[in-house]
Amino acid sequence: MDRLRRTNRAVLFASVAATSLGLAVPASAQETFKLGIVTFLSGPAADSFGVPARNGAQFVIDQLNKGSVPSPYEKVGFGGMKIEPVIIDENGGATKQVQELRNLYQRDNVDVVLGYISSGDCLAVAPIAEELKKMLVLMDCGTPRIFEEAKYNYVFRTAAHATMDNVGLVRYMKAKNIKMDSLSAINQDYAWGQDSRADFVAAAQQLYPNVKVQTDLLPKFGAGQYGTEISALVGAGSDVVYSSLWGGDLQAFVLQSVPRGLSKRSQLVFSAADHVLPPLGDKMPDGTILGARGAYGLMSQKSPLNDWLFKGYEAANGVYPVQAAYRITQSILGLKAAVEKAMSKNGGKKPSTDEMVAAMTGLEWPSPGGLIQMKLADGHQAIQPIAFSRTKYNPDLKRVDLVDIQYFAAECVNPPPGVKSIDWIKGGMQGAKCN
Amino acid sequence: MKKDLHPLAMIAVIAGVTLFGRVLPTWTLSLATIAASNALIALGIVVLARTGNVSFGQGLFFAAGGYGVALIANAWGLTDAVAQVIVGAACGGLLGLVIGPLIARYSGIFFGMLTLALSMVFYGALVKSTALGGSDGFNVGRPSLFGMTFTDPREADFMLYAVSVIVTGLAGIGATFLFRSEFGLASLAVRENNLRVEYLGLSANRIISINFLIAAIFAGASGAFALMAQRHIDPQFAYWTTSGEFVFVAVLAGNQSVAAVFVASMALELVRSFSNLYLPNTWQLVLGVFLLGVILFLPRGIGSLWIRDRRKRRISATAPLTAERGAAP
Repeated sequence: MDRLRRTNRAVLFASVAATSLGLAVPASAQETFKLGIVTFLSGPAADSFGVPARNGAQFVIDQLNKGSVPSPYEKVGFGGMKIEPVIIDENGGATKQVQELRNLYQRDNVDVVLGYISSGDCLAVAPIAEELKKMLVLMDCGTPRIFEEAKYNYVFRTAAHATMDNVGLVRYMKAKNIKMDSLSAINQDYAWGQDSRADFVAAAQQLYPNVKVQTDLLPKFGAGQYGTEISALVGAGSDVVYSSLWGGDLQAFVLQSVPRGLSKRSQLVFSAADHVLPPLGDKMPDGTILGARGAYGLMSQKSPLNDWLFKGYEAANGVYPVQAAYRITQSILGLKAAVEKAMSKNGGKKPSTDEMVAAMTGLEWPSPGGLIQMKLADGHQAIQPIAFSRTKYNPDLKRVDLVDIQYFAAECVNPPPGVKSIDWIKGGMQGAKCN
Repeated sequence: MKKDLHPLAMIAVIAGVTLFGRVLPTWTLSLATIAASNALIALGIVVLARTGNVSFGQGLFFAAGGYGVALIANAWGLTDAVAQVIVGAACGGLLGLVIGPLIARYSGIFFGMLTLALSMVFYGALVKSTALGGSDGFNVGRPSLFGMTFTDPREADFMLYAVSVIVTGLAGIGATFLFRSEFGLASLAVRENNLRVEYLGLSANRIISINFLIAAIFAGASGAFALMAQRHIDPQFAYWTTSGEFVFVAVLAGNQSVAAVFVASMALELVRSFSNLYLPNTWQLVLGVFLLGVILFLPRGIGSLWIRDRRKRRISATAPLTAERGAAP
């Protein structure tokens, strides 16, 4: 009796396992293009970046499949092939991401994987795609190390790395004659915070040779409470307080520092902050200088393509698109451009991975955030223009407007090919082409 | 693996599982490699749990093994898979040798919390080490085997699968012998009453230290596998959720069967992967329900699906791999 029950359970278990394996048998995709999309659907980065990116991807893919995207992207899907997205969660660490990337390529037979917001995940998945000889398009992640420490053929990044966020920010401050004899900084104690801080300080020392770094704080990621840090920053009273905080941490920092008068004593400058404007609203102090990691959202330049994304996304999601939605849009449009370029060469067949890779290398394409050019890392790393601005609350629209917007050309704020970002900044940013 | 299974039969099982990898679909191979690696570290937790102590900080040795292998691979170009496993085991073991005797004096919740604290200290130090890539970590090259390099992805995956299954299998056989040995039975006695063990002239601290060392060696080797499978290492290896996951595998498996550890680990990876694919927004919920389901309906772990409750037949303390209570909490 006991044995029988146990056998039954074992049989049940085995059949469940067998069914799940059976489900994994991939269906062949003839007329569709299967696109794996990886973005944070849970965890601390979901609300700020991951979910806006997912919403952006869904909007763009929906529009592409209907063929209602403005020129030059009128063709349905990718060159007539409908796009079939497979969306998975980026949360769970690099180990899980490496495994899921393999599953996407080997089990689900996706044609291309596009996504990744975390730099750690980008670094981890890039060599795996290269080994499997499958195309991987990184859409966001900050670190310049991906192509500076390794060479890839099958991996592309369709957005500029984090160097321009800080170089551009310092250039903006110089252009607007912001006084910075003394500087304090607060950044999260992990790679993004540490690297952003290093880039900003190095760039500041180039354009403001006399700047003195006063309080330099590295609270842990996700700290949420900044009472002591704000005391230290208020006490230092520096001309400028720099931060690369993002998401919930940045919101908490702003909410806690404004009542204590930090924004009145020091000029606040945030390298990537437009994504907190909708949730913060009038809690964001006027006159704060901020960037968006590109000419995105309220800083985007008017064009038919930008109007399409801004209005369409706002209508679909009830909030205007910010950084992450723009980044995934430019990524999908870039891939579309590459696929269609490859198809024009091979006579309209569905292109192979190698044909797509060849087409994407060194490609240029227009996006809602401006022209994207794959100029670095032998045509695998994009550069793009960037904008900075000041905040000003608009009580009529009940939203934070961005004023004093200034644009910087891609080649003004990004290093030239073959130079490591930090060496380029420390060497005086040689070869920058600024108008 | 039942009590009366001959060692040669166990080796035959390992060989069979290894050869089965030739017919598995490619994506399953790397999944199984990770599962085998997790099974190895969970086996270490089961070994240690027989003394009544649970380590919530095996991530420390996991990361030590991984970072040790990665740094040596990048500095001296050591890519051989077997050598990397040995290096990983040695790194974990050395650290276990230092920490084991210190921590063996504590028991229960203090033991668990101290192991957790030590792994988080290591995590904090790694995040601040910008030379090691900080929180982003760094990459290593692909492993080779006895001078052979594998360029075909499937062959490379199969090589790793084979090495990890064989090493984990041998560790499982080793654990079986250990559990049957005098030392293994003395470990059980420490859990029951360490004072009596001391009166018998044995040192309870020493027994715990040695078991701790074994668990650390397994964890270090497991870190080497994880590194070889993903070619990337970051401080997440030492984070407490990573350690917690290994304890989960041990709980899922129960302590009745070494094979159950491998099955539990594989089941967890499969459930995670498919729930992430089909339910990307609620995969954590599915994983949680799965864990709850196993705890509710198989309180003695997945191993109880095919291992009879031996207490009905004989005194369990003499049975291999069978402890009277759940070994893991």
